[in-house]
Amino acid sequence: MKAAFIRYLPLVLLGLLWEIAPRVGLVSTLALPPLSDVLKAWLRLLEGGDLWSNAAASLYRAGAGLLLSIVIGGALGIVMAWWRPVHVVMSPLVELLYPMPKSALIPVTALWLGFGDGSKILLIFLGCMLPVTLGAYNGARGSDQALVWSARSMGASRLRTLWDVVVPSALPELLNGARTALALSFVLLVSSELIVSRKGFGYLIGFLGEGGVYDAMFAVVLTVAFLGFVADRIYQRLMKRVLQWQE
Amino acid sequence: MSRGASNGASAVRALLGALGLGMAGWISILVLVAAWEGVARSGLVTPFMLPAPSVVLDRVWTDAASGDLLNNLGLTLYRALTGFAIAAAGGIALGVLIARNRAVRWFFDPLISIGFPMPKIAFLPIVVLWFGFHDVSKITMVVFDAIFPVVTATIAGTQAIERELLWSARNLGANERQLLREIVLPAALPQILTGLQVALPIALIVCIVAEMTMGGVGLGGAMITAARFADSPGVFAGITEIAVAGYCIVKGMERLRRRLLVWHQEALAPPTV
Repeated sequence: MKAAFIRYLPLVLLGLLWEIAPRVGLVSTLALPPLSDVLKAWLRLLEGGDLWSNAAASLYRAGAGLLLSIVIGGALGIVMAWWRPVHVVMSPLVELLYPMPKSALIPVTALWLGFGDGSKILLIFLGCMLPVTLGAYNGARGSDQALVWSARSMGASRLRTLWDVVVPSALPELLNGARTALALSFVLLVSSELIVSRKGFGYLIGFLGEGGVYDAMFAVVLTVAFLGFVADRIYQRLMKRVLQWQE
Repeated sequence: MSRGASNGASAVRALLGALGLGMAGWISILVLVAAWEGVARSGLVTPFMLPAPSVVLDRVWTDAASGDLLNNLGLTLYRALTGFAIAAAGGIALGVLIARNRAVRWFFDPLISIGFPMPKIAFLPIVVLWFGFHDVSKITMVVFDAIFPVVTATIAGTQAIERELLWSARNLGANERQLLREIVLPAALPQILTGLQVALPIALIVCIVAEMTMGGVGLGGAMITAARFADSPGVFAGITEIAVAGYCIVKGMERLRRRLLVWHQEALAPPTV
């Protein structure tokens, strides 16, 4: 208990500084509304329901896009490692597109699917796929050849071997790639919503900022940041649980 | 004659290899571009949804000839790389301090462990509120986002140094500064470079998002303007330019890593980014 207090004391100190600095006039309350005002604005947003509806829109987009990217991206990576022709065709594309700053896709998906959910889901799917693909590919390629051979020699079909040997051995790196994808999905979600959207967290932040309601804007920004942090922690827990069979 | 041809072929192969992709890679990309051209011309999709690559390349060429490309590219790279350089210098310094000083570690450890997984891009409107619409806010945003991987990688690298190495250097009379320059930084370099390789694409992503939200000159701003005017060749020219720039920068960083780490056994290991 005491150790935890000492560990998190810097955060408490920063929170206090945030409360006091604008109150005593060190910084303008416009530039930095006191923490207590931000919390009050947050409660107002919760009661008014604005936060809930926009949160639902954002989480739906991020969840759908991320799920697609993990399933399709992971499958692509494993197939690339398992079947040579796919590797020959796909690996230069992956190589070429992987370093592309993914935010450049925002205007393209908006052009294709407009300002709604579809364009965000497509953006997150395309933007988050390659880290998963690369992880799955590296993991599957690194699967123990001796295991594959013995499974085959004991009469497992190719498909059976793929499912029972290659997929599990690709899983740790695939899940690592998916963690990168999770972080990336928040970035793409919020930035695309800031730029082209009519609902969602990013839209709400931009809307409140333009209206000059800065305490509420800070409240939404903190909510998004906190959600990103929590999502990563939950994901790490899940990953540990899924990979329990590993030594 | 045949010898000249084979020489020519091997020269071409060497050139293509130098660009980072094998022969098969280029063939697969050429096939893809040809398919794109075919689909775009067949009328299956409207030119608005998918302009043909020839149209897009023509647009890139026009941009380049008018000087717009150089302007936009220059500004975007200036913002992204300045931010990246500040994040690198600051991140390495902070990381070494955190790893080697208890008080600094006590203060920054919770901030880093909470800040690292946060989507920092959400703070963009706040940064705009504080620093306005100019380069300062874009560069600040890049620094804020890119510094975390550098700090964590530097901490990990510095803490992994063998104690015996530090002790013997001290025994031989090295002072704190020599210790840092001769032992700590070189020993932590592989990990630090990995952190920088994670931070570099982040810097580009964030810079382009910042340009898109704020508009104006820059590759991101040009692209969002094109999208607002439903100028789809402009949008696709933008994504081509950004993809090529990103590819060159990331590959350049890989080269730099290999050059800096020739002395290190890890030089042979594939980069993770």
